[in-house]
Amino acid sequence: MSTTPSPHVVGDKEYKLSQQLKDKITDLSAQYPEKNSVIIPALHLIQDEFGWVPPAAMRQMAQLLNIASNTVFGVASFYTMFNNKPVGRYHIQICRNIACSLNGSKELLEHIMKKLGIQIGEVSNDGKFSVSTVECLGACGSAPVMMVNDVYYENLTEKKVDQIIKSLE
Amino acid sequence: MISEKKALTRHADVPGMDVIDHYIKDGGYQGLEKALKRVPQDIVEEVKKSFLRGRGGAGFPTGLKWSFLPKEKTKPFYLVCNADEGEPGTFKDRIIMENDPFLLIEGMTITGYAIRADLGFIYIRGEFKWIAEKLEKAIEQAKKKNLLGKNILNSNYCFDIKVMRGAGAYICGEETALLESIEGKRGEPRTKPPFPANVGLYGCPTIVNNVETLACIPFILQHDAETFKLMGSFQAAGTKLYGISGHVNKPGVYEYPMGTNLKDLIQYAAGGVKNSKKLKAVIPGGLSATILKADEIDVNMDFDSCLKKDTMLGSGGIIVMDEDTSIPEVAMTTINFFTHESCGQCAPCREGLAKIQQILKNLLAGNGTANDLKTIDELANIINGSTLCPLGEAGALAVNAMIQKFRPEFESLVN
Ligand SMILES: Cc1cc2nc3c(=O)[nH]c(=O)nc-3n(C[C@H](O)[C@H](O)[C@H](O)COP(=O)(O)O)c2cc1C
Ligand code: SF4
Ligand code: FES
Repeated sequence: MSTTPSPHVVGDKEYKLSQQLKDKITDLSAQYPEKNSVIIPALHLIQDEFGWVPPAAMRQMAQLLNIASNTVFGVASFYTMFNNKPVGRYHIQICRNIACSLNGSKELLEHIMKKLGIQIGEVSNDGKFSVSTVECLGACGSAPVMMVNDVYYENLTEKKVDQIIKSLE
Repeated sequence: MISEKKALTRHADVPGMDVIDHYIKDGGYQGLEKALKRVPQDIVEEVKKSFLRGRGGAGFPTGLKWSFLPKEKTKPFYLVCNADEGEPGTFKDRIIMENDPFLLIEGMTITGYAIRADLGFIYIRGEFKWIAEKLEKAIEQAKKKNLLGKNILNSNYCFDIKVMRGAGAYICGEETALLESIEGKRGEPRTKPPFPANVGLYGCPTIVNNVETLACIPFILQHDAETFKLMGSFQAAGTKLYGISGHVNKPGVYEYPMGTNLKDLIQYAAGGVKNSKKLKAVIPGGLSATILKADEIDVNMDFDSCLKKDTMLGSGGIIVMDEDTSIPEVAMTTINFFTHESCGQCAPCREGLAKIQQILKNLLAGNGTANDLKTIDELANIINGSTLCPLGEAGALAVNAMIQKFRPEFESLVN
């Protein structure tokens, strides 16, 4: 399956930080004792905007804050939540850790991959879905658990997953 | 039978606790009011007397930790709440923050006063975005009521709290990695000493405490150290939030006296093993804790009693496995996690865990050799004690204990 970027992101030019986003990052940076504390919050904002953290956007952010781009790249690459390539509009992340695997998350992952016709790390042809595994999401009491973008779905069954995916169509 | 004790979940049955008026009406902020009538040092002493020990995993005495701050204040002091909740099997801090956010905020406000802090941070795992937003709303409400901000309740005390989201790195739960992360850096643990109480956030004296630890503070101040102690059991003070997951009938977070027996927690709190299956094993304190066989679970769940049984209370995340569970599969899950989360700074952790992972992978694929289990044992011994932070050895020792305790299952994988 291909890894076509989602339709709303074509080429580097599109990853321009809006003035509004720039202002937000600048304002935020002034609220911390040291301005570099804004790097991770700003990366979250960038990902909220583009679905991932495009190098072009990170460069603009570095320039805005007057820090080296490499510093920002180094930070972004450390944290697994920051996607280093485009993901689907609905990015599905299934917990593969202990409580979830004891409660069938592996089978659930297979089910989802089969249903969407994509493997871990891939994006569906229409740019709509992508799938990955994650470590413990801190919801072990309601295992198995997955996230779709920012939202948690807990106590999953195949039937429930089917309903959730359908509701995203 | 065992009975629940409610210090941390005392508002649990009251809906709408995220509205400050409801919280105040239910007795909230009495602890802070009382605290502000006392001198800070007095509160540190009260917390010492309560025998409260840190709920983040290591069980360090809280009052004692606070007293390590410099006596002279030449720089800002910071209070950091560790809400990273990353230890697999742990989902307890979330309950406090979601259901009773002001309990944490009041606890931080009292603590900030006791340790003379200027600013507090809540470092919350990045995935808990909606909880972070809830906390921010709660902070705004507290400011409007003069319960945070300048001259709190018309005292001289000023304190504010900022919420910071992580971004999916388990290692950022380690306190010095967490501080690096707040500073906008890669979450790589620092060498200790210096300890955060001397050189912490932005190079300033800093106290890092877990959510549950800080949530105990209002109770201690509203009542007193003795009352808190009595909420516990004969050998350990206060209550504990136990998160029980895996193959049980009623998974969830339950508050019981610290030191409640593990067997009873599984049987009575969590309703026993699911589908009338037999118990096979239990990991008692998050994935870093040493696994217990079914006949080893007669253990009191407090820091010292767990250590005596060569395991640990850790975060109190209890993971229950029934008779059908494959321990080699569990070992694989475990090593995959620790290998993935190693920050890569020290070779024994980075290379050693990856080696163990490879060996286990081969074993499970049917390509193991007779020497494999011995090699893992040797690797675990090399990693143990040779890393900058406890992550490396936690992973290696947890997996090795699974092998030692369920050896025949692993041996049967070798052709
Ligand atoms: C790898 C690693 C992960 C940790 N994760 C957490 C965590 O998610 N939450 C937490 O409170 N403490 C965690 N800790 C413990 C912290 O380093 C620290 O001891 C704790 O936050 C101190 O708070 P306490 O004294 O209130 O327990 C972790 C430690 C290590 C080594
Ligand atoms: S033990 Fe592992 S996680 Fe800890 S500092 Fe070393 S490499 Fe990083
Ligand atoms: S193991 Fe899946 S949420 Fe904790």
